[in-house]
Amino acid sequence: MSGLQVQAEERAGTQPGGTGGSGSRLSVRPAILSVRGLTYGFSRAEPLFAGLDFDVREGEFVSFVMPSGMGKTTLFRLLAGLLAPQAGTIAVGEERAAAAEASRLGHIGYMPQRDSLLPWRTVLDNAALGLELRGTPKREARRRALELLPVFGLEGTERKHPHELSGGMRQRVSFLRATLGGGKLLLLDEPFSALDAMTRAGMQEWLLQIWERHRKTILFITHDVDEALLLSDRVLAASVSPVSAFSEIAVDLPRPRDYSAVLEERFIRMKRELLRLLGREMHGLGGDRR
Amino acid sequence: MMRKASAALPAGTFILLLAALWEAGTMLLGIPHYIIPKLSDVFVSMWDNRQTLAGHFAVTLGEALLGLGLSVALGTLAAVWIEGSRLARKTLYPLIVASQTIPIIALSPIMVLWFGYEVWSKVAVVILFTFFPIAVNTADGFRSADPEIGDLMRAMGARKRDLFLKWKLPSALPGFFTGLKMAATISVGGATLGEWLGGESGLGMYTKRASNMLRAEAVFSGVLLLSLMGILLFLAARLAERAVLSGRFPGEQGR
Repeated sequence: MSGLQVQAEERAGTQPGGTGGSGSRLSVRPAILSVRGLTYGFSRAEPLFAGLDFDVREGEFVSFVMPSGMGKTTLFRLLAGLLAPQAGTIAVGEERAAAAEASRLGHIGYMPQRDSLLPWRTVLDNAALGLELRGTPKREARRRALELLPVFGLEGTERKHPHELSGGMRQRVSFLRATLGGGKLLLLDEPFSALDAMTRAGMQEWLLQIWERHRKTILFITHDVDEALLLSDRVLAASVSPVSAFSEIAVDLPRPRDYSAVLEERFIRMKRELLRLLGREMHGLGGDRR
Repeated sequence: MMRKASAALPAGTFILLLAALWEAGTMLLGIPHYIIPKLSDVFVSMWDNRQTLAGHFAVTLGEALLGLGLSVALGTLAAVWIEGSRLARKTLYPLIVASQTIPIIALSPIMVLWFGYEVWSKVAVVILFTFFPIAVNTADGFRSADPEIGDLMRAMGARKRDLFLKWKLPSALPGFFTGLKMAATISVGGATLGEWLGGESGLGMYTKRASNMLRAEAVFSGVLLLSLMGILLFLAARLAERAVLSGRFPGEQGR
C-alpha cells in the first residue's frame, strides 16, 4: 500500500513542471520557502538552474540529492542570500514579494560543508556567534548557547577550542551555531560528508532526535541516498543540468526513526526508486521532459 | 617547564663548546688581541665598562622600541588600507614590495639629512627596516582569512564592521606576529646603523668608536650585547604571540 503511494507521488513529481502535483499538498501547511522561476549560472551559456520552482513547508525536513557539480552548494548560497538569482524569486516566510537578498541574510541558518568554526573562539563563543551578529549582547548570547550545549551533546566543552574536538563534535558545534543564529530555516550542506561511516551513522541518528524534538524546517544537501531517505520527509532529486524541476519522493516512514529503518522493505523500495531516478536520468533519458 | 629546559640543552651545550673553542683557539694560536680578543677579555671589558654599556644599551633599546612601535602602527594601518581598498591593493601593495629592492642602507643617510643627528634619525632608520615585514605579513594575513567563514558570517547577517573585527582581524593576527618577530630581530640592526651614521650615544656608536681605537674587546662586547638585545626583542615578540594566539592551534600551549 505504502509502496504504491510512494510511486504515485514520485510520478507526480517527475511530471513536466513538477509543482502542479505537489501544489495541492502544499496548502496543508504554509510554505516557509517558495522558489519561483529560479535561474542562475556562472556563465550564461551553461546555467545551473533554469526556471526552477519548488516549495518547502514549515517544519519539513527536505533533502536535495544531485550528482556533484550540478550546483547544490550554489543553490544553498542563493537561498541564504549570498548570491542573487539572475531571474526568478526566492521568498521566505510571509514576504511574498521578490525579496532582496539582503533581507534573507541573517534570517536563514547556514551550516556549511566544512564546519568553518572560528579557530580563535571557544566552543561557547563559536556557538554564540550567530546571536552576537544579530545584536544580542555577548553575555546573553553566551548564556543561551551554554543552555543548549547539553542538548547538543557538548556538555563540558564550552571552553575548548575547535582543534581540540573530534570531527563529529565540531559538526555539532556548527549545527548549534546555525540553530541559534538562524531564523525559521536551516540549510545544512553535506554536513556529515567528511566524517567516517561510524561517526556519520551516529550523527544521523542524533540529528533525527534533535529535529524530532525541535521541528525546525531543515533543508539538507547530501549525495548519500540512504542518508536522504533516513532523515527526510521529502527527497528532491535532479540529475540533468540545468535543473528546471526536481523529481520528488515523499518518505512515509514513521517517526521517530532510527538507523534500523534502512533495513525495512519500504526503505529499500524507495531507495531503488531514488537510484533509478538518478541513474535513469543520468543516462540522458531525462530529455523527454522538454 | 622540564621539557623546555631539556630542549634548550643541545643548543646551550653547543654555545658553551664554541665559547671554549674561542678561548682556547685565541690562546693556542696566538691570534693578536686586536684581531680576535680572548673571550674572557671581552667579558672583562664588558664588566669594567658595565655602567657605560648599560647606558648605551638603554639608548639603543629605546631607539629600537620606538621605531618598532611606530612601524607596528604604520605597518598595520597600511595593511588595513591595502585590505580595505581595492585601489590600495593594486597600487600600494606592489609598491611596498618593490620598495624592498632599494638598498635601505644606502637610503639611511637621507634619514640623517631629514631628521638630524638626534634620536629621530635612528628611529627613522629602524622604521625603514621594520615597516616592510609588518605591513606585508599583516596584509597577507588579512588575505589568508578563510572565505567560507566570511560567507557564513554574511549569511548570519554580519555587517561590514563585524566582518572586519570578528573575521578579518583575528585571521590576520598570525601573519602580523610573523612580521613582528622578523621586525623585532632586525630593529636592532636598524638602530645600530642609525648610530653609525652619526650620534653621541648607543651601542652602535660605542662599537664604532671602539673599532676606530682598535679596542677589539670593546667592539666584541658591544656586538654581543646587540645580539642579546635582538634575541630579547624576538623572545618578547614571541611571548606576545603566544599570549594572544594561545589555545588557537594544536600544540601552541604545550610547547
